[in-house]
Amino acid sequence: MMMKPIYITGLGNISPQKTWDNSHFLEEVEFGETNYLRCKDPNYKEYIAGDMVRRMSRIIKMGIAAGKICLTDSDCTMPDAIITGTGLGCIEDTEKFLTNMIRNNEEFLTPTSFIQSTHNTVSSQIALLLKCHNYNFTYVHRGFSFESALLDSIIRLGSGESKTVLLGSTDEMTPNTLAILQRLGQYKRKAVRTQHLLKDQSRGAIAGEGAAFFLVSSTPGSKNYARIDALDTFYKPDPESIPLRITEFLKRSGKTIDDVSMVLMGINGDPANDKVYDDVTNRLFSEKPLGWFKHLCGEYQTASSFGLWLASMILINNRVPETVLLKGIKTSELNSILIYNHYRNLNHSLMLVSSV
Amino acid sequence: MPQRVYITGIGMISSIGNDTGAALTSLIEEKSGIGEITLLDTVLKDKYPLAEVKLSNEELLEIIGNSGKTNFTRTALLGMVAAREALNASGIEIPGKYKTGLISATTVGGMDRSENFYKEFLADPSKGHLIDIVNHDCADSTERIADFLGITGFMTTISTACSSSANSIMLGAQLIKAGFLDRVVAGGTDSVTKFTLNGFNTLMILDKNGCRPFDENRAGLTLGEGAAYVVLESEELVKAGNKKVLAELKGYGNANDAYHQTASSPEGTGAYLAMNSALQLSGLNPGDIDYINVHGTGTQNNDLSEGVALQKIFGEKPPPFSSTKSYTGHTLGAAGALEAVISVLSINHGMLFPNLRFETPMKELGITPFTKVIMRADVQNILSNSFGFGGNNSTLIFSKMNG
Repeated sequence: MMMKPIYITGLGNISPQKTWDNSHFLEEVEFGETNYLRCKDPNYKEYIAGDMVRRMSRIIKMGIAAGKICLTDSDCTMPDAIITGTGLGCIEDTEKFLTNMIRNNEEFLTPTSFIQSTHNTVSSQIALLLKCHNYNFTYVHRGFSFESALLDSIIRLGSGESKTVLLGSTDEMTPNTLAILQRLGQYKRKAVRTQHLLKDQSRGAIAGEGAAFFLVSSTPGSKNYARIDALDTFYKPDPESIPLRITEFLKRSGKTIDDVSMVLMGINGDPANDKVYDDVTNRLFSEKPLGWFKHLCGEYQTASSFGLWLASMILINNRVPETVLLKGIKTSELNSILIYNHYRNLNHSLMLVSSV
Repeated sequence: MPQRVYITGIGMISSIGNDTGAALTSLIEEKSGIGEITLLDTVLKDKYPLAEVKLSNEELLEIIGNSGKTNFTRTALLGMVAAREALNASGIEIPGKYKTGLISATTVGGMDRSENFYKEFLADPSKGHLIDIVNHDCADSTERIADFLGITGFMTTISTACSSSANSIMLGAQLIKAGFLDRVVAGGTDSVTKFTLNGFNTLMILDKNGCRPFDENRAGLTLGEGAAYVVLESEELVKAGNKKVLAELKGYGNANDAYHQTASSPEGTGAYLAMNSALQLSGLNPGDIDYINVHGTGTQNNDLSEGVALQKIFGEKPPPFSSTKSYTGHTLGAAGALEAVISVLSINHGMLFPNLRFETPMKELGITPFTKVIMRADVQNILSNSFGFGGNNSTLIFSKMNG
């Protein structure tokens, strides 16, 4: 599908790095020895009333704060739509209700955690705070969660039904979920030094979480971080077909590999997962500067949204932070960035973003 | 002009039947699926009724032709049964040369098995069968259905509480109109779980006697389970294939009540806005609507709020309306799609299905649902409402194909 390009006119990002202040761009990066990168908390009381803050689980606070930062950043008071993606939704509230239900044998339960366990809680809470009666959708499809929300935004902006969309992603990690996903081999059991993540060959990815929001608009705003030119998703691909899918994707947007200034990949420290990226790099991008980001935010279902935030910040600042560049040399001019991410080799996605 | 979007196949499984044929029989015979709990293992067993699909997971596996040991969740199994029926009814072949997508909705995902896992896991974090937790997330059922049907293209999952599968159908239409897809299998699936039953119990909105939508003495909803899907195809494809069309999806709208996380506003703001935007898109006037399949959960709050919104749109004399949740229970993430399938059945069979167990009109409203099957009805346009937590309100409008 040929899409009408859309513009990113605001950002709000709560992540394991200090990313909530858009006037700074990864000048300080925190590394540590861990297997789970936890979000840095801003002062949530700046964004949410004190009595409400106490009742909210972390993911709701992260989502509301990121959403509000984004709206303020773009000077938008009422978006025409709120569209979010989340892999596991409000997992802390879900676990809380489930645990109480089992421990108390279905008795003496209170509704708060059940109410807040609903997957669309964050997008609804933002609507409630803004008194926003507009279109409100939440996607919950693993590594397609954020991409589906982005696709919906592209379609609505393209058809003219919306002029502005508050697009976002939220995922949180909890001790129980981490323990379960470690047993399933998806996340590392032992702590690793995160800046040397790729030297560690143990099974599983480094776990992470985050809430990233974007104000996307059909026309350029007063400030434009980047333009999104194209999006594609593909499911359980035959490994041999991936390079062709990528070149076809670029071709549909009237581009070739030469037009791409840099590639950002979702390398996550799990050798089996990262092999997919290695193959693509060797076959298509051996000459390209290659960047990565999951040593900063960890792996989670909507981590590609951190990738889109990073690409947007690189383009508007015309600067690639040292720690992001994995291979190749910095080009002086950054016009166009390709983001390639896959979630457990099930859900693959491509996003092409350009400077405005 | 954007493409028109047509429905060429429907499929459903619920407490009133394992396919659309069986459901139609129950609807005509005014046979509700609400009854005593027979399958769900819960301490609330004798306290509340449920609208269960009266088949064990093993029996569901047999229906999909799988006799081996699998780790499918009940949510996925129900989805596979209904999605396959819809696909077969539409006669489309996969793979084919057209861009085919799958959009599925669910609210509980694989919770039916997670509950078992957590029991052991909480006692000892190294315990609990991983096979019971690996399918917890909402996308699992969607990918199982896609793999089962052979759909490899676009797929996604929506979870906006009780309006989820109405939103699947709405997204499907938008993607076809934008030219992103040619055809879409869209709907939703949810199984009953202890998690949801206990959740609604804490909210004190479960009716011990089975839900009585729009009745003065209504005491809450009754949970149900099921799955339903429609096949949406573009005008171009329908014309090229000279295909039989079951209905046109003429209008849709989503709006947010922005009033409270669980309660609906007394003015029915979100409901009004959703109905209004669907009507606008369809180009129809309220007077063109022949039947309203209301959300009608049977809770004090919903029915009053929805009733007020209905009166705002349709005045004191609305077209016949009913809540078919009095048959199927409230199937949460499957509800919008189930009611879409029932609406398509009404259009094709010229019958309207009543609001069971209604006795006493609500004091605050001047309108009442109908209580007996209406046969030989000339049904041109149906409006269907689905409202959810978080103030997520959706309306779909289905129209008969003429000529």
